[in-house]
Amino acid sequence: MKEALRKLLLPAVAAAVLTAGAFTAQAETVLHRGNGAEPETLDPQKSTGVPEANIQYELFEGLTTYTPDGKIVPGMAEKWEVSDDGLTYTFHLRDSKWSNGDPVTAGDFVFAFRRLVDPATASDYAYIISDVVANASEISAGTEKDITKLGIQAVDDHTLKITLAHATPYFLGLLRHSSLLPVNENSVKAHPDDWTKPGNLVSNGAYQLTEWTPQASLTMVKNPNYYGADKVKIDKLVYYPTEDLGEEFKRFRAGELDVTYDTPSDQIKYVMANMKDQFQNSPYLGTYYYVINLTKEPLGKQPALREALALAVDRDKLVEKITQSGELPAYSWVCPGIHGWDQQFTDFKDMTQADREAKAKKLLADNGYGPNNPLSVEILYNTNENHKKIAVAIQSMWKAIGVQATITNQEWKVYLGSRHDKQFQVARAGWIGDYEDPTTFLTLFLSDAGPQNDAGYNNPDYDKLVKGSAMETDPDKRMKMLEQAEAIFLKDLPIIPIYHYTTKHMVSPKLVGWEPNVLDYHLARDLSFKD
Amino acid sequence: MFHYFLKRLGGAVPTLFIIITGSFFMIRLAPGGPFDRERVVPPDIMANLLKAYHLDEDLWHQYLRYLIGLSHFDFGPSFKYKDFSVAQLIAQGFPTSLTLGTVAMIAALTVGLTLGVWAALRQNSMIDYSAMGISMLGIAVPNFVIAPMLTLVFGLMLGWLPVGGWGQPANYVLPVIALCLPQIAAIARLTRASMIEVLGSNFVRTARAKGMPERITITRHALRAALLPVVSYLGPAIAQIITGSVVVEQIFSIPGIGRYFVQSSLNRDYTMVMGVTVFYGALVILCNLAADLLYGVLDPKVRYD
Repeated sequence: MKEALRKLLLPAVAAAVLTAGAFTAQAETVLHRGNGAEPETLDPQKSTGVPEANIQYELFEGLTTYTPDGKIVPGMAEKWEVSDDGLTYTFHLRDSKWSNGDPVTAGDFVFAFRRLVDPATASDYAYIISDVVANASEISAGTEKDITKLGIQAVDDHTLKITLAHATPYFLGLLRHSSLLPVNENSVKAHPDDWTKPGNLVSNGAYQLTEWTPQASLTMVKNPNYYGADKVKIDKLVYYPTEDLGEEFKRFRAGELDVTYDTPSDQIKYVMANMKDQFQNSPYLGTYYYVINLTKEPLGKQPALREALALAVDRDKLVEKITQSGELPAYSWVCPGIHGWDQQFTDFKDMTQADREAKAKKLLADNGYGPNNPLSVEILYNTNENHKKIAVAIQSMWKAIGVQATITNQEWKVYLGSRHDKQFQVARAGWIGDYEDPTTFLTLFLSDAGPQNDAGYNNPDYDKLVKGSAMETDPDKRMKMLEQAEAIFLKDLPIIPIYHYTTKHMVSPKLVGWEPNVLDYHLARDLSFKD
Repeated sequence: MFHYFLKRLGGAVPTLFIIITGSFFMIRLAPGGPFDRERVVPPDIMANLLKAYHLDEDLWHQYLRYLIGLSHFDFGPSFKYKDFSVAQLIAQGFPTSLTLGTVAMIAALTVGLTLGVWAALRQNSMIDYSAMGISMLGIAVPNFVIAPMLTLVFGLMLGWLPVGGWGQPANYVLPVIALCLPQIAAIARLTRASMIEVLGSNFVRTARAKGMPERITITRHALRAALLPVVSYLGPAIAQIITGSVVVEQIFSIPGIGRYFVQSSLNRDYTMVMGVTVFYGALVILCNLAADLLYGVLDPKVRYD
């Protein structure tokens, strides 16, 4: 056995040493990055997830783009004007080229936007401009067949005019969304089914695609035609699908990855003790919460019971003992860190946990629940070790105030179905915003939001404020209206906020230029390696 | 023999048909669909999606559409990986899975047979006990335990081998070990048992009595007969290597088709689940057939007439 093993191992070890030697001899700088899941598609108008967006931002650049710390700056558009009513945006494009040498024109953006809403494209994300750009919803729904009616026109090659359905103060931030990235019309038309493959894909961002082996790796190299190419330091990017966080972490420790997609929570303790300087932990645009089904008795009709449940959750303990990676205990629905947003909180934020529990017990007793008649609640979560730990902890926290909670887990798609059909009492949920504006959270619970409003929340005052804010052109007044809406929401408590997400990347100490930002975008064009 | 081959091949068609039909309707019974996400897609847009993938038709139409496509090897588009068709993904992943499986199978046979014969020749010695003890361990410890342990020891602690990825020869070592260890164990034990039995039989005694060199007695006479149970084990062994690679590919980030097997059913990627199931089904049927044919070549008592 030993002999056989040695025979098997020796040549392999020799080969490994040789290839490792060959790599270090090369002068080009290569970034190896764990990227979560295998990208579903590189097509900006068809993709939905974060791993896809991470790659698309390297390849494509929209009208606006972001600085490393998350500020909106001109991208393909050099400058723009907004009409006084906030409905018309005129963008002036810079002189820039696609990776194949074609100039980037206003027509490329028109093509991409039309493509997004065209029912034939069948894009999941078409809704992102549904109520924003003029006629987008009508075209998506098929009631308007003429796609040229979409509110976007190329005035000339360098001038683009976008007409909105109604004023949208966060429009510039939205423009950077991956589904609004431009695509090269000629290459898409030349290879309708294969345009995203290496060799066919034409990009206008800092990098271009050279190799893609599904489930193995995706390689991009510097795009010499990019307008900022001389500032791009890293020559080559290799992105790996890393679905298994534990294995990803091992590959990082073995030096095979420079950046990880995430850090397994069972390793956080080890990381904090041994590799703290390589751990990038910062607030993320998202909230982890329990949603309460208001269409079910008794929680639906008795806000006091919902408050009791919310009071009893010891958020500090949850983030310190269970999630352990710097998550912020949440007393709000809209996450912190959005520019211009004055965060609203539940009434009990400043109480001690002991006071909260006492109040919770009193609320339960006042409503006829006690040791002889305990309130029973069922918690639903999707099968996952971390969600389970939190559910078990909350179960015991509720037990302490005399609530009998049972916990049920379901596989992801089954769980989504249960939430969609409101077949639950209390369910775990998480939400990551699409863009940096409170409406990316608040519109979820509009009474006419359909199945997305899985709490079945319906408060006309809330609806009026959120919808009214869309018509308000004064940005400060608009924010005030949204803040009022959030305050009402936190009084009604259709959800129990638990914590605000943080991002947890392992980043090689050799890498320079990594800055935390709430959208968690870290473009390779802004990174470099220490010499 | 050719007649038998055709007969078996004919028998495989209804088997495959049952696999196709069964899995087609079974995956549809699972709650949820390929386009369900936490962000609920508005009804108009969902309708566009369903229409684009023909999921708005009734199930029988979809089934017929699938069968017609399959008859000219069209497995349909992947619902999840939108840039590729199922056939493209399988074509891209299969060579990797095949290489990994073949190397693991060859390693398992070489090491397993050697260990088995060795243990049989030194029956009840220390060598026998330790070889069999180790192989018992190989059977008992599943590869989803072995694989992470191997990466820990050889990848992180010793730093000799990469813990994941594919392409370099060094990438083969750990996955192949994880994959072939249980097979080595099974093959070694089978070989040992049948070798001991064969060594006690009359024709071996005759060969030895004739003064034939021991090496030739063992390799040419005893081993050939002792191989029979091993050969009939090959069919199930290949099936196990295939299912084992589902786990091993995931752990070592190997771009084979094993990974799709689990992921695509969780994603409700109907066409991908079907594609991989049908492909694996056909593969296992073929491997079993090949093992049976090989059996006929080795065992003079078996004739396929």
